[in-house]
Amino acid sequence: MAVTVSIPTILRTHTDGEKSVEAKGGTLAEVIEDLESRHGGIAGRLISKGSLHRFVNIYVDDEDVRFAGGLDAPVGENSSVTILPAVAGGMR
Amino acid sequence: MWVHTRDVRRARIGPYPGPVLVIRVDLVEEIVAHARWDHPDEACGVIAGPEGSDRPERHIPMRNAARSPTFYEFDSGDLLRLYRDMDSRGEVPVVIYHSHTATEAYPSRTDIAYASEPEAHYVLVSTREPAGDEEAGPEFRSYRIVDGVVTEEQVEVVETYMFAHTGADDVPDHDLLA
Repeated sequence: MAVTVSIPTILRTHTDGEKSVEAKGGTLAEVIEDLESRHGGIAGRLISKGSLHRFVNIYVDDEDVRFAGGLDAPVGENSSVTILPAVAGGMR
Repeated sequence: MWVHTRDVRRARIGPYPGPVLVIRVDLVEEIVAHARWDHPDEACGVIAGPEGSDRPERHIPMRNAARSPTFYEFDSGDLLRLYRDMDSRGEVPVVIYHSHTATEAYPSRTDIAYASEPEAHYVLVSTREPAGDEEAGPEFRSYRIVDGVVTEEQVEVVETYMFAHTGADDVPDHDLLA
C-alpha cells in the first residue's frame, strides 16, 4: 500500500497540479526521497541542510512531525502525510 | 468605524484598474476589531471563500501561537484543522491577515519569507497609535506576495458583492437575507 501525500498549492508546480500524490517509505525522509524521484525539486522545498524547513509544517496522520521525530518520523503503510506552508510573519 | 486604505491605482482600465481586493465592509470591521482586541499582540486570521471566486466570505480568526507583539504564527494543529475545514467546503484562503502593532501596514522581511499562498490577498492592519490623524482610522492595506515580490493592491470596501464584479451576481449576500 502507498502513502497518500497531500500537496499544498505552492508545491503543486512539482506535481503537475495534483493536490494529492502517492509515495512509499517507512519514514518521512524515505517518503520525501521517493517523492523527489518522481517530482524533482520538491525535496529542496521541504528540507534544508538536512532538516525540515521552518516554513513548512508536515503532518503524519495529523500529527505535526516536529513532535514525532522530524524526518525520522515513522510512516505506516496506509498513513497520510499532509504538507502545509506555515502561516507566520512578524514586524521585522 | 472606517479604515485608512491607500489609492494605489496606476491605470484606469476595466472595472478595477490593476490588482484589487474587493471585500465587504462587515469583514473589514471584524478584522480591525480582532486586531484591536489582540493588541498589543499581533492578531491573525483568514477570510475563506469559494475556490476560484476571489471572494472573501467566511472570517476565521486564528490564535497567534506566538502571542507576541512582533511575531505571529498559526498553531500547527489549528492550521491543519483550518485547511481540512476549508477543503471540505471547497474553500481557499482568499485573505490572510495579520496586524502590526508598532509599525506601518507593510509586509516585513519575515512576512515575505513566509508568504506561500500566491493566490491570497495578504492584508495588513496597523494598530499603532495614529500619527495625529485619528479620524483616518487604522491602516488597512492589501498585497500580493509571489516569489518574494510584494505588489500592493487597491482595496475596494463594498456593502455587498452583488454589484462588485466578483463573479456571479445571482449569489446573494448573507446580509441581504438577514
